[in-house]
Amino acid sequence: MPEELPRRIACVAVASFVVASSLVAVGRAQTNEQEGTRLDPQNFVQIERGRYLTVAGDCASCHTVPGSGQPFAGGRSIETPFGVVVGANITPDRETGIGAWSDETFVSALREGRGHGGTLLYPAMPYPYYTKLTERHALAIRAYLNTVKPVHNAVVSNKLPFPFDVREAMAGWNALYFKSGEFKPDTAKSAEWNRGAYLVEGLGHCGACHTPKTTLGGDDKAHALQGYTLQGWFAPNITNDNERGLGGWSIADIVSYLKSGHNAVTASTGIMAEEISLSSSQMTDADLRAIATYLKDLPGQTGSSAATVSASDPTMAAGGAIYADECSACHGMDGKGVPYLFPSLAQSSNVRSTDPTSLIRVLIEGARSVATGGEPTGPGMPSFAWKLNDDQVAAVLNYIRNSWGSSALPINANQIGQARALAARAR
Amino acid sequence: MARKLPRKDAAIIGLGWTGSILAQDLTDEDLDVVAIERGPWRDAPTDFPTTYDQDELRYRFRHELFLRPAQTTFTFRNKMDQQALPIRSWGAFMPMNGVGGGGVHWNAETWRFLPSDFVLKTHLTQRYGAKFLPEDMTIQDWGVTYDDLERHYDQFEYLCGTSGQAGNLNGKIIEGGNPFEGPRSRPYPNPPQAQPFSYTLFAKAARELGYKPFPQPSGNMSQAYVNPLGVRLGPCTYCGFCEWFGCGNYSKSSPQTTILPVLLRKSNFAYRTECEVTRINVDPSGKRATGVTFVDTSGDEWEQPADLVILAAFSIFNVQLLLLSGIGKPYDPVANQGVIGRNFTHQTISQAIGFFDKDKFNFNPFIASGSIGMCIDEFNGDNFDHGPLGFVGGGYMGQVQTNGRPIQTTPVPPDTPRWGARWKSAVRDNYLSTVTPGTGVHGSFYSYRDVYLDLDPLYRDHLGRPLVRITIDFHDNEIKQNAFLTDKFAEIIKAMGAKQVAKQYRKRPYHVTQYQTTHLCGGAIMGTDPSTSAINRYLQSWDVPNLFVMGATAFPQNAGYNPTGTLAALAYWSAEAIRTQYLKNPGPLVHA
Repeated sequence: MPEELPRRIACVAVASFVVASSLVAVGRAQTNEQEGTRLDPQNFVQIERGRYLTVAGDCASCHTVPGSGQPFAGGRSIETPFGVVVGANITPDRETGIGAWSDETFVSALREGRGHGGTLLYPAMPYPYYTKLTERHALAIRAYLNTVKPVHNAVVSNKLPFPFDVREAMAGWNALYFKSGEFKPDTAKSAEWNRGAYLVEGLGHCGACHTPKTTLGGDDKAHALQGYTLQGWFAPNITNDNERGLGGWSIADIVSYLKSGHNAVTASTGIMAEEISLSSSQMTDADLRAIATYLKDLPGQTGSSAATVSASDPTMAAGGAIYADECSACHGMDGKGVPYLFPSLAQSSNVRSTDPTSLIRVLIEGARSVATGGEPTGPGMPSFAWKLNDDQVAAVLNYIRNSWGSSALPINANQIGQARALAARAR
Repeated sequence: MARKLPRKDAAIIGLGWTGSILAQDLTDEDLDVVAIERGPWRDAPTDFPTTYDQDELRYRFRHELFLRPAQTTFTFRNKMDQQALPIRSWGAFMPMNGVGGGGVHWNAETWRFLPSDFVLKTHLTQRYGAKFLPEDMTIQDWGVTYDDLERHYDQFEYLCGTSGQAGNLNGKIIEGGNPFEGPRSRPYPNPPQAQPFSYTLFAKAARELGYKPFPQPSGNMSQAYVNPLGVRLGPCTYCGFCEWFGCGNYSKSSPQTTILPVLLRKSNFAYRTECEVTRINVDPSGKRATGVTFVDTSGDEWEQPADLVILAAFSIFNVQLLLLSGIGKPYDPVANQGVIGRNFTHQTISQAIGFFDKDKFNFNPFIASGSIGMCIDEFNGDNFDHGPLGFVGGGYMGQVQTNGRPIQTTPVPPDTPRWGARWKSAVRDNYLSTVTPGTGVHGSFYSYRDVYLDLDPLYRDHLGRPLVRITIDFHDNEIKQNAFLTDKFAEIIKAMGAKQVAKQYRKRPYHVTQYQTTHLCGGAIMGTDPSTSAINRYLQSWDVPNLFVMGATAFPQNAGYNPTGTLAALAYWSAEAIRTQYLKNPGPLVHA
């Protein structure tokens, strides 16, 4: 195996610089060998496991520029509330990728947020979640990434403005928000629940979008997975909350949604559509069931929102008239839509969510649902921006949020105007 | 000088119904396929979104979805001794433009032809004798039979989710369906569409006159449907904006709503839009296509080499490309020789408008779909004895009113002024209480020696290529057929209770400004004899075996039905022959 040799030499070279860690490395290598997880470029089982985990971790989302034809070569900009971070090149290219990294460095980057030479990573790289990965899985991902085509592509990841561009500050952030440590199964729960928890809290890093953030961007753990707005979308509550979350969905509904992007009630668009396309649609049904089992066991929040719109409010009459004219042809007069084709507004928790960002955005900009192998149709909804003014959009949204047995906070025309301005800026 | 692109296994010219069907089937065979489409990409939420897809002015009157005559047009004349002139605004038919082709703007009337239609010459000769047929009528048998095509009709209906009522299930006549149809192997995938008042009233009157009315087979969904490819359609809302319009509600079967979502996911499928194929290239022997040449929007010329060429443009453009590429012998009506351009046909359409008492009848004509309606088939094909009548052919007839759209639908009784207060008052009085069937009498158009296509000697398109010249007129046979059918139809409208019936017979000369249908057929017809057909029974060119020609171009004559069901069945039939025979042993599938 002539190609294997230089990498080993490189590993030794790196290790000789950091004597202490080299000792650890030797120790690990032996352990791994005993477990059969030592990196072997011919170990198909390990590489294939790594490929699957790479998909489940949705690594491509940040590390592959869509349509570039250069998997994992980095360069994709990731919007964060603090500025832009660019996905790194994680191909085995030795100069610009991670080809020269030791396995230990790789595992440390993944699980501890410390890259080559101890550089602190930004948590846009979801190491606060990946820390829960087993070492075996982290090494499998490495084994897979070793097999992808090396691409020479130097990426400057840090495009953040001052003071966020000071990487050292991440040490403080880590002290506040990062808790290192592998996933610990809950022996009181089933193996399926634990697998689900491992995927949701660890590899799948669902909380990166769905958990509210503190002002410094750390997870607000008290409200884990109860919904958060980022990149112009509201990532909804995915706990088992009846009113705002997945309480009305069966395990099968969740599996269908993650697998195909669609279920009898809703369709995926926006950021989640990409996640489904790149990641969950390619996961096994067993894993998706495990995710669903875990999510269905999360209690979510209690108490419902205060003020709602009463049926006698004039906005309801106006909204109802607009709904009949503009929306009912697809979504039905009963708001139930057509299963797997047109979302049911009557049953959608996203429709009545406290934060209507996604709802307003879909009406203003239109939306294309994700097309997958299981549900190839990928139906779209047109933009109503040119056709309905701010008052009319607010009225029809208030109508759908407060009809068919649902109730939700009122939306006012100012919110629509802001969303419109945001959409215009994005263009 | 054309720049050469990497070779493909198959190049498909045109991405409408037949192009999509062939692309789907050939990519399933792992072929590397590119479809080259002259018009733009078309997609429901962006090109005909529900927010404005019911803009009658934009789509119906300003021809949003259609070819612009400035892109290309045809010259037209009735008789061979006349000077043909270019068509500058579409009238008698509407050539489509863009991905999905006619499948975007059609009404989705999804019929099968009668078993006797495929063996027409033999059938009529046996029943009435050879002398019964007009001397210059050039009808032929197709070379395929209804039985050959049955499973492919079925394939298309299940792809589309066609809504209808079977009339003949494996030979058993089913009450409520069309008793004249050929035996079908299973029921329609969806029940018939709901039928509003005027349609059920027509059926009642027809039944009382002894006919057997049935719902028109419809590619507009009677309920939500998922097709065998996993693509979903939604229930039709009966909005009445179907023909000439795209459907933003995913309720009308089209390539976009049935095949393209699956095709686009395939790595071995590619498409180029706004690229016009100018020529099918052949090697020096003239017996093998080497690919196609096309021009992009910058005017740059490209050569796409391919082992297999599928010509799947609109019928008349198929003929033009064959003529411009020098494939097959051009038809010469004087010498009665040659095949390319031969047996061009259209349709013989008429209607009878019924005016009813407005205090007793309210039809709400705006509740409609493209292929809603109740029909009878007693006067189609050879379902009735033509012996005493002195003509052949026929058509289905029915109350098949597709809309009550405000600009178009202003029915007024004959003798009403054409404008002014009295006209307005008549429109107001009659809008809700008039039955305007539109293509109520849907008659056949058989082929004649002097109805044909060739290249115009004078007029050229923007690329300098000769336009196609259409020479077409109605013959006595079709005029007699239409008079007979229109009278029969008017009797039913009268029996519905109309106080006045206005018959609108189809008259001679054939008029290029009066819309009939877009069912232009023939010109490169299929058959069993290379001296009278351009393609064999598998739609394979007799002259260039790695070229297959799709579409209604293949029809030796046009029957009394809408053509899409049949041209789609032929596409599946041809695709099957390519998959099971041609690819294993590329060469002629029929030895003449």
